[in-house]
Amino acid sequence: MSLSLKFRGAAVVVAVAAMALTGCSSSDDVETTSATPTTSGSAAPALETLTEGKLTIATSEPAYSPWVLNDDPSTGEGFESAVAYAVAEQLGFGKDDVVWVRADFNASIAPGPKDWDFNIQQFSITEERKTAVDFSSPYYTTSQAIVTTGDSPAATATSIADLKNVQVGAATGSTSYEAAAAQIGTDKLQVFDDNDKAVAALQAGQIDAIVIDLPSAFYLRDAVLDDGKIVGQLPDSTAGGDQYGLVLPKDSPLTTAVSAAVDALAADGTLKALEDKWLTTAENVPVLQ
Amino acid sequence: MSTVETWEPSALELDRRRYRQRSAKRSALIAVVSTLVFAAIIAVGIINSPGWDAVKESFFNVEIGAKYFTAILKGLWLNIQVLFFSSIGVAIFGTLLAVLRSLRGPVFFPLRFLAAAYTDLFRGVPLIIVLYLIGFGVPALGIFPKLPNYVWGTIAIILTYSAYVSEVLRAGIESVHPSQRIAARSLGLSHAQTLRLVVIPQGLRKVVPALMNDFVSMQKDVGLISVLGAVDAVRAANIASALTYNFTPYVVAALLFVAISFPVIRFTDRVTARMTGREQNAGTV
Repeated sequence: MSLSLKFRGAAVVVAVAAMALTGCSSSDDVETTSATPTTSGSAAPALETLTEGKLTIATSEPAYSPWVLNDDPSTGEGFESAVAYAVAEQLGFGKDDVVWVRADFNASIAPGPKDWDFNIQQFSITEERKTAVDFSSPYYTTSQAIVTTGDSPAATATSIADLKNVQVGAATGSTSYEAAAAQIGTDKLQVFDDNDKAVAALQAGQIDAIVIDLPSAFYLRDAVLDDGKIVGQLPDSTAGGDQYGLVLPKDSPLTTAVSAAVDALAADGTLKALEDKWLTTAENVPVLQ
Repeated sequence: MSTVETWEPSALELDRRRYRQRSAKRSALIAVVSTLVFAAIIAVGIINSPGWDAVKESFFNVEIGAKYFTAILKGLWLNIQVLFFSSIGVAIFGTLLAVLRSLRGPVFFPLRFLAAAYTDLFRGVPLIIVLYLIGFGVPALGIFPKLPNYVWGTIAIILTYSAYVSEVLRAGIESVHPSQRIAARSLGLSHAQTLRLVVIPQGLRKVVPALMNDFVSMQKDVGLISVLGAVDAVRAANIASALTYNFTPYVVAALLFVAISFPVIRFTDRVTARMTGREQNAGTV
């Protein structure tokens, strides 16, 4: 781990040095050429990526289903892995040109050079976050759901008022937390490092229910929990739902091109097809009031 | 006695004293100037670094710090409560373990062995893992009533820190010279009385700095209970950081932790200095 980090660090240093050596004139060239994919929508030469000719994409460690299946993004299986490859293709990078790295939340928002071109791990687009990083156009809109187990007191909840009397958990840094804090309140809210810990607490009976995005809720109910149950969805606190975007370093030269690529995928129906393939959205989950 | 009171230092001695005073002042001045220059060089270096503006914005954003201060302070209150109960638990359980390990006689071998195995195990296992095992594992057994996560956190901290503290106490107990025990027994005190009245008070005094060190260490480790879902100062800072994509809340939490540990650190220094002074005076009976 530390060795690979060091290696990545070295790669960043080399890349930065290379950029510095090639100077300003070459970056002007890149800006003019980077307009190509937005117009043609395919085969774009010489985008200013971290490693020339390669597109370095970051995801979480571990990456969760159904976003990335089996924690292996390079297979293209799972919604975000598939979206990442589709975006890469739009930008003119073949499957072999994509390099996957792992990045955690804190490292992703810390100032300083990054070792990825863009980062895909269910980052919700918010105004506050835009001060620290760039976002592409949204590639998915979700809502938040309440997951519990059959024998939990939360299993019989039919309204948000019922949830105020049980202990609900959420992962820190997630819009699930924000939705839970806003709609259920923070009095009894338990906050965990990530969804894994929240699930452990639910299984141990330390909390009664979890707030999590809807696709993950389906996955938890069907594949993780013994007696999983989705109580319902939280009503959208933001108009139009919670939108996920690709994260790019602040003021990245790639932001425009990546956004255009996502827009193109939305326009030609690719995103919808991938959603239908990887995310269970067909089911009707009642919205709690 | 009266001769001592009327004694006046000679002109030469007064001269010497003045010289010592002057040179003490001079070295203090040099130390101050050198510290300031050193700090200035570091500060200028950091401020002129290419990423300083970004770092300042991410880590020292006064507006964000002020906005989340009360939430973090509220979290800190939970840490202080956990610290309070952990300290009591560790004092009792740690002493018990230390006494068990210093029991003499072959009859007590199983107890000595258990205590030794316990300290070996819990000094080796990282606290964060103990927290996960106790906080998620024990409730899952389903034999205890549902307890809040910070209770399990407190128990995990007691289990881990008792192991450290018992070793420190044992070192203190064993540092008391055997002649003290022999003298106490020859005065007719039982083994337990010897331990309680003679050995532990002396041993404890020897290890006060080490104990205080463990206490300060525990003071910040109570921040780890956040992994069990409790919203303490660390988690409150973590939530604020996640909402703003800014690290200033962590800096605020760090300063608050320093603020609560500072009195303890100063107090320890004072106690240690006083004890050293007393021990060095021991010659004049």
